[in-house]
Amino acid sequence: MKFKQNITLALAAIGLTATTFVSAQTTLLNASYDVAREFYKDYNTAFVANYKKTTGKDVKIDQSHGGSSAQARAVNDGLDADVVTMNTTTDVDFLASSGIVAKDWAKRFPHNAAPTSSTMLFLTRNGNPKGIKDWNDLVKPDVKVIVVNPKTGGNGRMAYLAAWGYVRKTGGTDAQAAEFVGKLFKNVPVLAKGGRDATTIFLQRNIGDVLITFESEVVSVDREFGAGKVDAIHPSVSIIAENPVAVVERSVAKKGTAELAKAYLTYLYSDEAQEIAAKHGIRPSNPKILAKYSSTFKPIQLFAVSDYFGSLTEAQKVHFNDGGQFDKLYTVK
Amino acid sequence: MTTATIPISPQALAGTGKRPARRVLPGFNLTLGYTLFYLSLIVLIPLSALLFKTFTLTWAEFWTAVASPRVLAAYRLTFGASFLAALFNVFAGLLLAWVLVRYDFWGKKIIDALVDLPFALPTAVAGISLTALLAGNGWVGQYLEPLGIQLAFNANGVVIALIFISLPFVVRTVQPVLEDAEKELEEAATCLGASRFQTFRYVIFPGIAPALLTGFAMAFARAVGEYGSVIFIAGNMPMVSEITPLIIIGKLEQYDYAGATAVATVMLGISFVLLLVINGLQSWQRRRAGGKT
Repeated sequence: MKFKQNITLALAAIGLTATTFVSAQTTLLNASYDVAREFYKDYNTAFVANYKKTTGKDVKIDQSHGGSSAQARAVNDGLDADVVTMNTTTDVDFLASSGIVAKDWAKRFPHNAAPTSSTMLFLTRNGNPKGIKDWNDLVKPDVKVIVVNPKTGGNGRMAYLAAWGYVRKTGGTDAQAAEFVGKLFKNVPVLAKGGRDATTIFLQRNIGDVLITFESEVVSVDREFGAGKVDAIHPSVSIIAENPVAVVERSVAKKGTAELAKAYLTYLYSDEAQEIAAKHGIRPSNPKILAKYSSTFKPIQLFAVSDYFGSLTEAQKVHFNDGGQFDKLYTVK
Repeated sequence: MTTATIPISPQALAGTGKRPARRVLPGFNLTLGYTLFYLSLIVLIPLSALLFKTFTLTWAEFWTAVASPRVLAAYRLTFGASFLAALFNVFAGLLLAWVLVRYDFWGKKIIDALVDLPFALPTAVAGISLTALLAGNGWVGQYLEPLGIQLAFNANGVVIALIFISLPFVVRTVQPVLEDAEKELEEAATCLGASRFQTFRYVIFPGIAPALLTGFAMAFARAVGEYGSVIFIAGNMPMVSEITPLIIIGKLEQYDYAGATAVATVMLGISFVLLLVINGLQSWQRRRAGGKT
């Protein structure tokens, strides 16, 4: 074990030489997931200005983005991030299990420590030629669905669970849900590696009739490919995907940035930050601001992971781990 | 260590199995020590870390991690596609090397440099460009798809990506050997009445066969570990077009470190055995060729 630690330390040292050089000024490193890059860029500017105004101190926020669980692994293996802002609770739970964030991280901030959330929507080609309205339309034989591989992306896990939950919410049993999800994945010609990969396959390679993805991706697609290329379809039922945040206790203890880290995450709940999130297509937890942006966040029936799956960790075990429900879709003929 | 300074020709040494008597680098102890230290640091320690992590599994856990149907399908695809790609490159690479060595033409230097491009290009870029080209709406794909030929998002795509990234290995190993091949032997063969095919079969081929095998082995080894370029073109469907490196990444995404290293260990084992076989073949080939000439 000592040996393993040494390796980890060596790797951490290599990774950190870049950040330690600028540590004279108080810097905070936020390890976050891929598609939150633009949101946190705007948020950091707002936070730095506000922090200067209220405390008179200058701070600098560094961002590190990658796949959500890849980021969690990096932090686990020694990346000195002060805070983690992820897109699935599983990733923070993993860090809690190794003692790097507090065990009760979900109670440290309001709304289960999730200042924002998102949900799964459908994107169809302009004009919705196949007339896709709801989950039922995705299992029709002539519809090709683009979705992320649940094995490699949280986006895909959420899409899978949303489809499963749709059947349960409309009165079906688990067996019916399994059949439904099986049919849906039969209509998948290509399993994307991650959220952005899925968008590329759908829009640049022109494969598939519908893309299941996070609501926030609609804003990115419009910005990247021009408005009007896709229609956002709100199904009758979808899932709440919470975006949990946590202080990395190991790093803040070492760097003495506990206060700042806490302030950074707390400010995510401020009206200003919630508005920034809404502009990026991420659902704010503040109901007033959510209502204000109701044209973006059309009201749909949302269910929580805990309604049907216990928790994400539980769902991971039953559905996505090797030999689980998802593997059966492909290995049992 | 004292050393005699009588120059001995390599031919004389080959039979005796003695160490070369004259050394260019001084201090055998120092250089060997450095070699071992460096190899340990860069190769052996990371690889043993892999094994250590794998040993945290029980035998049963190890077996379920490395022998589930999805993983088996992935081994088949990875090793099968790598083998096909390397085999293809033996022919394509030999042809390329041949043209580059034996002929002079305008733009030869540029083509020579282009061969190295797959070395230098980030593999993800290669994967994305190949996909853009071969997907149903790509430059090439749009003409092939109506004919029922689908090159992207299935096993075909995997083979194509692997051919692309492993090509330079064959060219660059065969090229210098071809350059050194003695033209006189070919001329002699022609004078003695050999046909062009006979000249190739009995004179040229034995000389370059070990290099071709080396090129094959290197191309194969490179292809087995390839991730970046394949991932964009494979479509990544379980049981159909999922490569083993993706299985490993998938396991890491589930925080299953031990499972991931277990699959990696199996890959390493298979590759090691294959390389051993190829090396054996090569020395057999060399001995045979050596005996003849």
